[in-house]
Amino acid sequence: MIVLTFAGLTLREAARRKVLRALAVLTVVLLALSAWGFHTLVTREFDGAQLTSGELRLIASQLLNLVMFGLSLIAALGTAFLAGPTVAGEVESGTALAILARPIRRSTVLVGKWLGLVAFGGGFVALAGLAQFVIVYVTTGYWPSGPVTGLALLAFQTAVLLTLGLLFSTLISPMASGVVAVGLFGATWIAGVVGGVGRGLGNDNVAAVGTVSQILLPTDGLWRSAMYAFQDPAALLGFGGPAVRGGFPFLSDTPLTWTYLAWSVVWTALVLGLAALVLRRRDL
Amino acid sequence: MNAVWTSGLRKRYRKRTAVDGVSCSVARGEVLGLLGPNGAGKTTVIKMMLGLVRPDAGEVMLLGRPVGDPRARAKVGYLPELFRYQPWLSAKEVLDLHVRLAGADVPDGERRDTLGLVGLADRARDRVGGFSKGMQQRLGLAVALVARPEFVVLDEPTSALDPVGRADVRDILLSLKERGVAVLLNSHLIGEVERVCDRVVILDRGRVAASGTLAELLGGRELRLRLEKVTSEAEERLRRAGPVNRDGDLFTVVDLDAALIPELVADLVALGVRVHSVEPGRVSLEDRLLDILGSER
Repeated sequence: MIVLTFAGLTLREAARRKVLRALAVLTVVLLALSAWGFHTLVTREFDGAQLTSGELRLIASQLLNLVMFGLSLIAALGTAFLAGPTVAGEVESGTALAILARPIRRSTVLVGKWLGLVAFGGGFVALAGLAQFVIVYVTTGYWPSGPVTGLALLAFQTAVLLTLGLLFSTLISPMASGVVAVGLFGATWIAGVVGGVGRGLGNDNVAAVGTVSQILLPTDGLWRSAMYAFQDPAALLGFGGPAVRGGFPFLSDTPLTWTYLAWSVVWTALVLGLAALVLRRRDL
Repeated sequence: MNAVWTSGLRKRYRKRTAVDGVSCSVARGEVLGLLGPNGAGKTTVIKMMLGLVRPDAGEVMLLGRPVGDPRARAKVGYLPELFRYQPWLSAKEVLDLHVRLAGADVPDGERRDTLGLVGLADRARDRVGGFSKGMQQRLGLAVALVARPEFVVLDEPTSALDPVGRADVRDILLSLKERGVAVLLNSHLIGEVERVCDRVVILDRGRVAASGTLAELLGGRELRLRLEKVTSEAEERLRRAGPVNRDGDLFTVVDLDAALIPELVADLVALGVRVHSVEPGRVSLEDRLLDILGSER
């Protein structure tokens, strides 16, 4: 299968280039910092009083979400900057000429690269996320409510962003495609926070900002659903308030709906299809 | 049957017409040279032949199939003008990749031989990222040859090579010709083209300015004479032998049958002309190319 040849080639490229080492260093730094933070949280007293188990679980939920956001950011940056050069860079350098003069379809190359990048991003999220769960469990005794769902959604978020990066990389220069993809990822996240504040204040117009941006680019919606799976629902119920209704960026009040998941799948397929179409028509 | 056949190829990039109605073909087992000045559209024509650039108009048949069908490229080997291979792979891995993509069944020994043929036998396990430009071009040549192609397209195959490398390429071209592999060679080195090509197509400003076998393009032979004391009768005698170009005391008679040379020289001597040298020769492809391109402008 030629698709798998390209998936394997993409993984080999990621492994042999410096991206993997940079990702590994960033991840280890983040994990080490979080281990230190969580340890400090449980061993020190807050305002002279030890934290109750409920408070601890709420804070652990929030902090876990914060650290997982850091991980998802690393995954997003890493894959977006891998996805950028993979098409645009190879067209620019001439590497694509010898490859695409072979008896293969351009869409095969694209889907193969996509699969390789998804495997890379998914593998990274699974490994680093699991390591983070273990750190939190060892330091605070907290284990997320839906670890597998959460990590799968986080991996999906990475896949969504790298698909967008791949589309840009069929259109614009390698560096620009990475920058634009990551920029949009950040903008959607901010729009999600703004929408959350709107929901917290009961302002429907402001809340709509988040909803619309989550439909246009599903990264933030998937991220919020992933957060929901990492949190402790019992602890959140105990505290309630506007924070939980969306006002706080590292707590989520929205579980995943099947409709949204289906839309995200359709969105990814559409963008990948569009990328294949653009690449097919492109002069090399 | 043709290895490649094109008809009325046209390509515009924004306002600039790169290729304007090019029709040409390479027969199976034939070596065709593509010549022309920079920007004549040679590389664009090659890319359209391989389905890498979409023509605005025209048709391409590659090894018996329309070029839009990826299977048409199964038996094609291509060395691009802009050659670059995955720097994180070793030379052997690049060849393995291309053999797999071509769907060819090439044993390991043969792959090693191909690397040996281009002088990279002892660099098989080294990463391409550490290769010099010339070595990368040699690797590109191996990539073009490894999957037992029936049609090889070489776009400026010696641009980064030293004189020894150029001689190697010439030997490879001659061995391809012997084995009946069709070759399309785009090169600025006219000597190279003249030595190995059966036929030549000259492109200028996106059009075919001339095409034909070397004999057709270069015409008959010519005779260069260095003469002194040329009287008007002697000049008349020269003109009777064929069209004459005069540059000082150097006279060039074009399209002269070689058998008539002794008679001409005897007549000139009889007319009192002092003959310093007589050099039968052939119009060089370079002169002919410049002549064709000059008359086009």
